[in-house]
Amino acid sequence: MIRLFANAAYDFIRWRRWAYALTAALIIPGFALFLVHGLNYSIEFTGGTLIQVQTPQPVGAATLRGALDAAGIRDAEIQEFGDPLDYVVRARLRPTGGLAEGSTEATAAAVDSALAHALGAAPQHYKIVRFEAVGPKVGRELQGKAFLAIFFSFIVTLIYLAIRFEWRFGLAAVLATFHDILTTIAFIRYLNLEVSLIVVGAVLTMVGYSLNDTIIIFDRVRENLRKYRRQNLYEILNLSINETLPRSVLTHGTTMATTVALVLLAGEVLRPFALVMTFAIFTGTFSSIYIAAPLLMYIEKRWPGQDARGARAFRPAGTAPLGPPPPPPPPSGGSEARSKAAV
Amino acid sequence: MRTIRNRVIVIVGLALLSGWLLLPKDVTQRVRDVATGRMKDTTVRRVPINLGLDLQGGIHLALEVDQSKGPVPDCADAIQRAERVVRSRIDEFGTTEPVVQLAGRCRLIVELPGEKDPARAKSIIQRTAFLEFRITDMNNLFRDALPEIDRALREAGVQVAGQAAGANVAQLFGADTTKGKQGKPAKGKAAKDTTDLNAPGALSSLLFQGVLPGEYLVPEEQVPAAESLLARPEVQRLIPRGINLKWGTEVASRGARAYRALYAVEDRPIITGEELEKATARRDQVTNQSVVDFVLSRSGGRKFERETGRHVNHYMAIILDDRVQGQPPIIKSQIGQRGLIELGSKPLQEAQDLALVLRAGALPAPLAIVDESTIGPSLGQDSIKDGIRAGIVGVILVVLIMVTYYRLSGVLAVLALSLYVLFTLAWLAGFGFTLTLPGLAGLVLSVGIAVDANVLIFERIREELQHGKLVRTAVDEGFKHAMSAIIDSNVSTALTAFILYLVGTGPVQGFAITLIIGIAASMVTAIFVVRTFYMIWLQRRPDMATLSV
Repeated sequence: MIRLFANAAYDFIRWRRWAYALTAALIIPGFALFLVHGLNYSIEFTGGTLIQVQTPQPVGAATLRGALDAAGIRDAEIQEFGDPLDYVVRARLRPTGGLAEGSTEATAAAVDSALAHALGAAPQHYKIVRFEAVGPKVGRELQGKAFLAIFFSFIVTLIYLAIRFEWRFGLAAVLATFHDILTTIAFIRYLNLEVSLIVVGAVLTMVGYSLNDTIIIFDRVRENLRKYRRQNLYEILNLSINETLPRSVLTHGTTMATTVALVLLAGEVLRPFALVMTFAIFTGTFSSIYIAAPLLMYIEKRWPGQDARGARAFRPAGTAPLGPPPPPPPPSGGSEARSKAAV
Repeated sequence: MRTIRNRVIVIVGLALLSGWLLLPKDVTQRVRDVATGRMKDTTVRRVPINLGLDLQGGIHLALEVDQSKGPVPDCADAIQRAERVVRSRIDEFGTTEPVVQLAGRCRLIVELPGEKDPARAKSIIQRTAFLEFRITDMNNLFRDALPEIDRALREAGVQVAGQAAGANVAQLFGADTTKGKQGKPAKGKAAKDTTDLNAPGALSSLLFQGVLPGEYLVPEEQVPAAESLLARPEVQRLIPRGINLKWGTEVASRGARAYRALYAVEDRPIITGEELEKATARRDQVTNQSVVDFVLSRSGGRKFERETGRHVNHYMAIILDDRVQGQPPIIKSQIGQRGLIELGSKPLQEAQDLALVLRAGALPAPLAIVDESTIGPSLGQDSIKDGIRAGIVGVILVVLIMVTYYRLSGVLAVLALSLYVLFTLAWLAGFGFTLTLPGLAGLVLSVGIAVDANVLIFERIREELQHGKLVRTAVDEGFKHAMSAIIDSNVSTALTAFILYLVGTGPVQGFAITLIIGIAASMVTAIFVVRTFYMIWLQRRPDMATLSV
């Protein structure tokens, strides 16, 4: 029988500050980039025109660029899409300059005639396989809706977890998920992925997946809190993470297998979605262990629960926790102060 | 023993039901005949899963009332009128299952799967509605011209389509049709016995007299044949001067067959939609009838008074976009600026619909396209191919991981997983949900997530075994302890997916639905099916000391 991480007894919580540093190193530059450049929104959000062209022979983006330039279409962006026979031409509506509102139809016609001029008549020399035109109003609505969806899913999760666990667990889980949204935005910014509706869908799925993972660990914490009356929260958290470690490895392994298959094989339209999902598995797992668990500890400490074990949550750094049942370490005032400073 | 048997019955039943839902079925599709440019119904055998536009190819349009040429006060009413109009043109689209629906208060969504010509589709949708009232062919001029038309068709070498079918169907109608039809079936019979010269006419054998003058009924399956005959130049030439033929919207069923109405109407409208100012539906307090009140403009009222005075006891066809709407009402007396159409005991819904038709013709709502996407059919094919390839590879990887790690228990999980895929697809088909490209991604992804419940259970069983519990106890405890984690995690994911469904649009909703269905199916398979497998296993080997997990 293959057993991965059976009877593991790693002190995960001890490395929390390293984890904070790591995640901050990912988020802060990504967010700085995000604030300066914004995200690469798809025309679904900005409004505009997208035309996917298929040619029987590779023509090269330069030829297409030349064709559009000759026709006076200058603010369109041309991109190879998957293979050298497919190109995507995007013209976004911009509030300042660029395309005027309501001119999406005209752009499409202009691009079509420019291509016909440069490449030859339509069905033989090129084919328009996809055409999208989104008015500015629809785009603005979608932005609002995406925000609403994330906001409401947080509220609903908070309520559900408050009912099933208690509000401290819910808050920790939601904050950890919020962290995942930040890292995912940073990830999207680093790869400059196009933010389409499908990618927003991926972010929302990520929210669900990450919550799911956190809940599995919290469920074990809830159980262990009942089972081991004498241990403090620090030990209970470590114990619970270690106990659920084989499950985490297996589940994330199988999910990762499917998302990687999607990245490699599912084609260009789904690739951003699959990339975001793959990253989501990393960040969801990471945040469940290194963000949600320590957060629960801080929340317990700040607003102690019924049995006040949160107050005893901190143990002297350096002493390794053991499997069940470890001896309860004495509470230490000094380490509490240090931990507070680290928050 | 009994519980095991009941469980197995439930599982087999679910699997059979799912298999039945996924069996290829006859689906009627309306497609445009490339040769003639007309619509025809064809029946195809296929797996009844609806594919979204992104997989099938097609056109998606979101339309709003065009306010660029001046504000429209009540956009909700305007878009409803527009919807009524677009819906009445639905047959003109060259597609299988067009979708016309209102989204929000003031937006209309039109989806045309398989449509290849966006320019044509848009022109059909944006064409201005035209409403007119015309008197039906009271003097049966068209009927009297039928023998002449039949003769012309015979000379042109047109074969009779429905041999002597007329005689059979005429009896179905009973007394009210025999008067109008008298002579024709008899003529048909005589023709068969005697000579070719008097053979039943190619056109008249397709038409049956309706209940009012100028109304004819055509068996639904012969509508295309009748259309193509009527379009022939020799027929067009012989249609009496001052008479036009218009198809009706309603399909009437008599016995087992369905008929579509064809109306012979005067070519001159007595009034058009421009002169109509208002139309509202209500239920009459006194007579308890559904009625539509309408108000005409001052000049329209004068004209209508003159015309209706001449046509008392005649029937008035209400024609929107060349289609006669409903059955023409009879003019009971002279009508002025204000009129009333009685629908008798018909439901109020029909009166509301008629009022909507009148308003649609009176105040055409110009539509502006706010969102459009066209997907070529080849792109959709590629997406399906890539999606299925990714799905297969993903599933193989999951199977490998599970079987190498959990051995025999892994095999049970894989069996449950195949049931999971079957259930998910069957629910998609059974509830008529649409599978989109993001939905396909959701399906692949959920295969990875679906094993999570199994993993939780197996890990728990391993832990219990490690604590020295007996196999049977370990399995029981494993399921019991894993349950809360499975339920909490799945419910919270489902809640997120549900919000995605509520807030999202088209593709995102497709994704959310497959995710929700996937979560439900995975809980059923992991908790119920795998449990049953274990029960059978333990039943067979009650003394089992070690478990392959």
